[in-house]
Amino acid sequence: MSRIYINGIASISPQSEDIFETEPLKEYQDNIIPALNQDYKSMINPMLLRRMSAAVKMGLFSSKKALLDAKIDIPDSILVGTGQGCLKDTENFMVSMLNSEEGLLRPTSFIQSTHNTVGGQIALDLKCTGYNMTYTQNSASFESALLDSILQFKSETEIQNVLVGGVDETSPAFTGFQKLDGQLKQEPVRNTDLLASKTSGSIFSETSSFFILGSEESENSYAELVDVEIINSTEVQNIGKRTEQFLQTNNLSSSDIDVVILGNNGDSRYDSYYHELREKLFAGKVQLAFKHLVGENNSVSAYAFWLASKIMKEKRIPDFIKLNDLNCKEPRKILIYNQYLGKNHGLILLKNLDL
Amino acid sequence: MSDLHTELKKSIIEQLNLEDMEVSEIDNDEPLFGDGLGLDSIDALELIVLLEKDYGIKLSDPQQGKEVFNSINTMADFIEKNRTR
Repeated sequence: MSRIYINGIASISPQSEDIFETEPLKEYQDNIIPALNQDYKSMINPMLLRRMSAAVKMGLFSSKKALLDAKIDIPDSILVGTGQGCLKDTENFMVSMLNSEEGLLRPTSFIQSTHNTVGGQIALDLKCTGYNMTYTQNSASFESALLDSILQFKSETEIQNVLVGGVDETSPAFTGFQKLDGQLKQEPVRNTDLLASKTSGSIFSETSSFFILGSEESENSYAELVDVEIINSTEVQNIGKRTEQFLQTNNLSSSDIDVVILGNNGDSRYDSYYHELREKLFAGKVQLAFKHLVGENNSVSAYAFWLASKIMKEKRIPDFIKLNDLNCKEPRKILIYNQYLGKNHGLILLKNLDL
Repeated sequence: MSDLHTELKKSIIEQLNLEDMEVSEIDNDEPLFGDGLGLDSIDALELIVLLEKDYGIKLSDPQQGKEVFNSINTMADFIEKNRTR
């Protein structure tokens, strides 16, 4: 298999894309955080835009930006990870069913409510007839799409560029329901205080991060994608061992990792997985977090992948994402670890272009 | 312009999410599909639901839709003649 390069990136989230450069960290009081609005009309036909929910708009917009970043017109494959899909249209459709007592239903929200609407709309817009797949695997949705992208490059077909990303939106009622089973925090928590929270649940948000992966390095390349692993279920005491095993399959050990990006989300019930890695396997390593910036959702590890790509290219780690006081001027290998409710653990390994 | 014409334009703007459009920008005889307002087949389904929900009219013949949904004028005429609510 050829090496896989990250050649274009784009992200929409509650934080600005310029967060490394100019923008101060945005603070939110609510436990459900919307993504920042974008100039969608600059890239999407207004007659199509009018039907698009947040997930579709964000997915298409960030895909087109990633393509522009990589200077690619049409990818060979489109792979999307989304845990909850087009939640807003699903909610609209079901509210409409209730209000009409299962009578007349408006078609648009039904048509747009399926999980693969995002991938479909991207393909329609780009006129891309290549392989198109959507992965809905809870919090490992993005990792599943990423795993398929690696398989694409391993396949015998001539794959040069793959568009891969993760997108999830919130909706007023459905996301709110997650408070009932303790997924959302019961008390309001400011995003910047999330990591210090000692209660159960987290804060939820909308994010969309897309990437162009290529078989050739370009002048715009950010880093190299080395490997991905999904562990559906494991105990806290085994997470270190499983992580070591993953690194060993790539002929590495924990000492080879310079930076680890962890998915701590302030949920006192499950952050122990991250503490286990922080205190043992990666005790002397630079430890970063990202959910105090953008909250939790089923494909938010794509945001961590975006952060890692930026860190690799810019060779800079902003203080506001650090969990400890260590620094690394030129990270060579970055490991992303994320899980949700103690399940669907994802490991993503990147290395810099000089190795 | 009758109240029905204005009501129809408001419903179309709202139901079809024509966010940047004002009632005054839709001419009564402007084609709704193609070169006119630029509506498409999904919008046609929305208009069928609108007729049934708001005016109690069921369109059973698909060919009829082409004439009925030609413009605001043709829609208003059809509603006046066939409405049950």
